[in-house]
Amino acid sequence: MSSLFGARVQRVEDDRLLRGSGAYLDDLGEDALAAAFVRSPHAHARITGIDISAALAVDGVVAIYTYRDLPQRLAEPLPLLIPHPALSHGRTPYPLANGEVNHVGEAVAMIVARDRYVAEDAEELIDVSYEPLPAVVGIDSARRAEHLVHADVPGNLAARAAQEHGDTTAAIAAAPHVLELDLHIERSASTPLEGRGVLARWDPQARRLQLWTSTQTSTGVRAAVAAKLGIDLANVDVITPDVGGGFGVKIVHPWPEEVLVPWAARRLLRPVKFTEDRREHFIASAHERAQEHHVTVGYDDDGRILGLDVRFWHDNGAYVPYGLIVPIVTSTQLLGPYKPGAYKVEFDSLYTNTVLVTPYRGAGRPHGCFVMERTIDAIAAERGLDRTLVRERNFIQPEEMPYDQGLIFQDGRPLIYDSGDYPALLAKLKDLIGWDQFPAVRQAAAREGRRLGIGLACYVEGTGVGPYEGGHVIVETSGKVKVATGLTSQGQGHQTVLAQLVADELGVPITDVEVVTGDTRRFGYAVGTFASRTAVMSGSAVTLAARKAREKALRVAAGALEVSADDLVITDGLVHVKGDPDSGIGIGTVAVLSNPLRYAFDEAAKAATQFAGGGDMNRPPVAEGDEPGIEGRAFFSPVRSTFAAGMHAAIVETDPDTAEVTILRYCVVHDCGRLINPQIVEGQIHGGVAQGVGGALYERMAYDETGQLLNASFMDFLMPYVSEVPRRIEIDHLETPSPLNPLGIKGAGEAGVIPGAAVLAAAIEDAEDIPVRSMPLSPSDLFELRRVSHEETA
Amino acid sequence: MNEAEQVHEVRLTVNGAARTASVPARRLLSDCIRHDLHLTGTHVGCEHGVCGACTVLLNGAPVRSCLLLAVSVDGADITTVEGLAGPDGRLSPVQQAFAECHGLQCGFCTPGFLTTITAGLQAAPEPTDEQAREMVGGNLCRCTGYQNIVAAVHRAAELRREHEGAAAVPRRPGPGDVR
Repeated sequence: MSSLFGARVQRVEDDRLLRGSGAYLDDLGEDALAAAFVRSPHAHARITGIDISAALAVDGVVAIYTYRDLPQRLAEPLPLLIPHPALSHGRTPYPLANGEVNHVGEAVAMIVARDRYVAEDAEELIDVSYEPLPAVVGIDSARRAEHLVHADVPGNLAARAAQEHGDTTAAIAAAPHVLELDLHIERSASTPLEGRGVLARWDPQARRLQLWTSTQTSTGVRAAVAAKLGIDLANVDVITPDVGGGFGVKIVHPWPEEVLVPWAARRLLRPVKFTEDRREHFIASAHERAQEHHVTVGYDDDGRILGLDVRFWHDNGAYVPYGLIVPIVTSTQLLGPYKPGAYKVEFDSLYTNTVLVTPYRGAGRPHGCFVMERTIDAIAAERGLDRTLVRERNFIQPEEMPYDQGLIFQDGRPLIYDSGDYPALLAKLKDLIGWDQFPAVRQAAAREGRRLGIGLACYVEGTGVGPYEGGHVIVETSGKVKVATGLTSQGQGHQTVLAQLVADELGVPITDVEVVTGDTRRFGYAVGTFASRTAVMSGSAVTLAARKAREKALRVAAGALEVSADDLVITDGLVHVKGDPDSGIGIGTVAVLSNPLRYAFDEAAKAATQFAGGGDMNRPPVAEGDEPGIEGRAFFSPVRSTFAAGMHAAIVETDPDTAEVTILRYCVVHDCGRLINPQIVEGQIHGGVAQGVGGALYERMAYDETGQLLNASFMDFLMPYVSEVPRRIEIDHLETPSPLNPLGIKGAGEAGVIPGAAVLAAAIEDAEDIPVRSMPLSPSDLFELRRVSHEETA
Repeated sequence: MNEAEQVHEVRLTVNGAARTASVPARRLLSDCIRHDLHLTGTHVGCEHGVCGACTVLLNGAPVRSCLLLAVSVDGADITTVEGLAGPDGRLSPVQQAFAECHGLQCGFCTPGFLTTITAGLQAAPEPTDEQAREMVGGNLCRCTGYQNIVAAVHRAAELRREHEGAAAVPRRPGPGDVR
């Protein structure tokens, strides 16, 4: 195509961020009042009284609100964002607790004060009386249902859903071999370095609300806040400032704070800001990952899967605002690059008295990948076959694309893989890690008394989920190009890759292109940033918008230069006849000419004024059906998701004494279609792998049986530092272009994290020769596995 | 707590400029820098000293500004991320290296890494890989996986050598100081 697509372009975001000139939520609203919240110390309790009198007397306190203060629409539960026919008992929280709390951290009262220090002083003086109720913690307790989280939800069951392709029971019954496995993944969380935050400013003269929020969906927040506060959508602006990481947690909306802060700002006629602190982020935002799975698989002598039956239980926490997306993604994406003869999956989504569960990077895929890959490794072990061979035998072949898995995906559309070449990916991975040479490496290490193991894991990831995104491109008379798309950025480098695409399409220097994301004043139609969708969705949309602007620029320039538009090209911001770069006019001048003027605002603009001459006096200055300006606006809405794929392999060393696990090598092969910016894709992989390693070896939410989160701090929740991640991640790419979008691309944002638990479980199992069925695996967990295995052997 | 809090005047040299702030005794240095001095480049990620995002240089040494009270550093010389670029506005070697190596994504933890590495390279101008990793070993980043940050430490060391003679911690006022 052209010069910037595929180039390792340095990020346009960085200069500002490196100088400390970024503008994150808490950097805004110097004049704002601060909000703080009284949060439940109990996992499950009835509220029998709230006394705010002492707190109201604190100097600097402006207002204190409890549920009883909330007007009608705010007094209703927050929306259930993604309804589903199987979600028979969907429950969502109230903005402030309505007589009952269902997890530690649930908001009970809101304090607005001069600053956060004062607000927290008042918080200590608010006396809430609770009558504790039995807490339901963990999947076992939820399933037993001796106690209920919500009195009107029998069995703690939010939903039971099933899908099947083929006759699985018959296929397993007829299979020569059958295995059963129980597989378990624990809770972790997105844990961005910046927590949530929201700032609201109500302009009483304009009757207009401006809301800044650290979100992954500005248009989603806008619609929800407008509805909850009863303000016309046109009078609500939602602006996403710099966002200090999201990883899924900030797609949830509206958070209680996102409706309460603007409500208070309008009521008090003062700007109000809430900045979440770290403990609040642990106990009052969202977690993910906890699931238990039971697998029954039937297969033949060669390890080909004839029937696969997966039953699993998903801990959805206290509420389900985000619906069933995570377990639906697990149940569909579990299949990865494989084609079992028949497949049946059924899950229960269960309430517990813990923080709610919504997508965290990978969103159900890491668990699905763990289940499938552990199953394949178990088949290989049972048959005495090489693990890569069993995978090869179960792969969908490139000539079978597009491949219909016969299920419904998370977007409500058929699960049809658009493209991919899994045998080629595996061949690359085996080369990269030296799979066939590993036995010699292992033996050499064993001679030194060292214990090494190798593992691999494969995944397919539905990316670029619909329904749509849009883009707007305008060429200013200075020649600068302004681009807007509605979805938001949390550090992925969207401004850079979108600027690359627009600069290529328009033929202008990238330094002249400025991209704005997540500002409803600039673009009002959008869905949000999740499911590795920005490059596919907004990338395609801004490309189509830039194409329109380019066509217009060529048409206007053709009139001015008296040549055919077909003979014109744009290079480096100059519109000129092909092969004659000296004879053209700047694209900024074309923008001047495209907008017939009465008033000249500068020297260049004089050329477009009414006495400047030119133009056909028998035609209107702006032709019928035409518009002034060099502008383009376009939407991209694909028929369904595109499917990226990848495979990871790792070599680990386990310490025979301390049971510590060291990752010696970590290799990634990755296919996200055509790469716009390899440096940014690699950065996404690096970050994803680190989160995968964290989830596999370190991170867990340690709840006690009463529902207290014991490790709600960075001291105790073990997020990887540099010392915990692989020194180097060896990466190879394969590019099978997607046929579903004009750029041939697939998403890359989540990929790195998906196979983390699966690949490290496989490598540890290989080193230890002990089945690994549960992750994360700390040194003490591994020590215990060894002890049990030793006892069983003895 | 019903009486207005007593405030104390704190005099600091921040990025080469004399600054004063009137703060209650309990005001964290991080809050003082961000909300009283309006230098919002210093970020707060955990407020319990673990993540390192709020790291500033106190008399040249990296400290976690969320673990210090502003009144306890009266008279100190402080460098924040806004003071790292040269007086001509040019990015410092560490900042430049982060841009070249894609050492940042969301940028929230970045100021703490930049200040930490700026001081680290003064102590170890030609770090080994172990020293480079040790240098950033106390800072959390959730985006990058750290590989490119370690690469940026090495690249910054190279750039420093190229700009030989340039002070790693500029004492003169920079463009970020004014407010």
